[in-house]
Amino acid sequence: MSISTGTSTTRRGSPADERAPDAGALPIAGVTGGRATPGRTRGQGWRRAGWLRLISPIVVLALWQILSTTGVVSQQKLPSLTTLWTTAVHLISTNSPTYGTLQHAMLISLERVAIGFVIGGGVAVILAIAAGLSRAGENAIDPLMQALRTLPLFGLIPVFIVWFGIGESPKITLIALAAAIPLYLNTFAGIRGVDGKLAELGQVLGLRRSEMIRQIILPGALPTILIGLRQSLGTAWLALVVAEQINANAGLGYIINQGETFLQQNVIFVALIVYLILGLLTDYIVRLIERRALTWRRGILAS
Amino acid sequence: MATRDSGVLAAGPGAGAGALGPGDPVVQTRGLSRAFGEHVVLDDLDLDIGRGEFVAMIGRSGTGKSTLLRALAGLDQETSGELVVNAPVSVVFQEPRLVPWKKVAANVSLGLRAADPRAVARTALDEVGLADRADAWPLTLSGGEAQRAALARALVRDPGLLLLDEPFSALDALTRISMHQLVLSLWERHQPAVLLVTHDVDEALALADRVLVLSDGKIAHSAQIAPERPRDRDHPDLVALRIRLLTELGVATHDVS
Repeated sequence: MSISTGTSTTRRGSPADERAPDAGALPIAGVTGGRATPGRTRGQGWRRAGWLRLISPIVVLALWQILSTTGVVSQQKLPSLTTLWTTAVHLISTNSPTYGTLQHAMLISLERVAIGFVIGGGVAVILAIAAGLSRAGENAIDPLMQALRTLPLFGLIPVFIVWFGIGESPKITLIALAAAIPLYLNTFAGIRGVDGKLAELGQVLGLRRSEMIRQIILPGALPTILIGLRQSLGTAWLALVVAEQINANAGLGYIINQGETFLQQNVIFVALIVYLILGLLTDYIVRLIERRALTWRRGILAS
Repeated sequence: MATRDSGVLAAGPGAGAGALGPGDPVVQTRGLSRAFGEHVVLDDLDLDIGRGEFVAMIGRSGTGKSTLLRALAGLDQETSGELVVNAPVSVVFQEPRLVPWKKVAANVSLGLRAADPRAVARTALDEVGLADRADAWPLTLSGGEAQRAALARALVRDPGLLLLDEPFSALDALTRISMHQLVLSLWERHQPAVLLVTHDVDEALALADRVLVLSDGKIAHSAQIAPERPRDRDHPDLVALRIRLLTELGVATHDVS
């Protein structure tokens, strides 16, 4: 029921008559917009906060050194930092039959983490995309992954030894599983959390499904995926430490086992510190990726 | 209910060369209905929008304005009745909906099938006065800039039908006025049919050829406005029409300023 009351006067004629093609090419006068000013003070504030974060670790290290050298805590229990430095230099420069070299052990451990992470992370991302993009995929994959998540991973070690023996395979499998679960969960959540309004926009703009996935869904999920990546690398390192404690004959875990056997607390500490540094390093790399990939979020600072 | 014929949504390029001739309307609905459960939002609605016509649709919240717009945009396949959209469609939403991880120019050319999408995007941004912001991140734009980028993105697709879903409602009064000028100049230049959904009677009176009042899922009132622009909002015809429209909307008014 379309009532047309001609309240006002005439109706425009055919559009083509009255509007020559260039009639509307008017200068767009008066259309101005405020521009966001760069948040410089905020950036400097962050940098200063970065230095402030170093204070407490430095205090702890200083306390450690003092307690150890003054004999308040025995060198057996807590070797001083200077002792650890000497031990590290020795482990690097001498290829001893007991320990091998530290750098060799480190490479072995790195390799295990890398292989495990690439396999586990790769599978996790593929599964999460399959589950995230379709109901059928979700129904097929998500229950299994959710169940796996609740399984205490390290309880699987004896099972893996029966299945895979005591070589590299049980270690790699454990690391891959440990890496896969947080990355799967976060990637899945990230995909499901993409703003539905942007998906609707993609539909209006006539994006193909592949374009929608590459240009809207995956970039939209990326911040959450990167959080998953960091968690996943963390658990991968954790799994490495546990995996290497069981009958390894090379790697940082092997050095720790040997140190335990020969009651050399200083060697154990050095190996632990190498774990810590490698963990911090991978975390730093992810932060760098984050900073590059998510420039748009800090857009106000970047432009 | 009328013929169960929705999904006759011909929105592809060149769709205009189809069943309807050049003089036929861009939008034609007959008995268009949409219900959410028991709640009827669009009720047997008939609407024609002519080629190049600027139609404003006003109505209180929940009267089905957005539902109609979504149906015309092809975002709602659950309607019944007849719905023909005989031209490529572009939409500008209430919020700019720029993809935050794509720079402004990439947002404009998103999904654009053109030989040189970047060049086309630059031209469009130039047209809305945003050429210098082509490489900016969307989050650094002001509200008005972002909505202009959204307009450029809509226009770059050369729509025969431009759907504007309260696109200026979140902008401040001054920005809104300049956006009105911009929309009019772009409309005059590109000649798309426009359906502007708005709450703002004055906005409708300043821009449209025809103002529709939507009420309870039906078109309760339709009024033509003389084509000349810019319009003097104190013109007696417009003052009278404003009162009429406000009355239709159920807003008692004695304000004739």
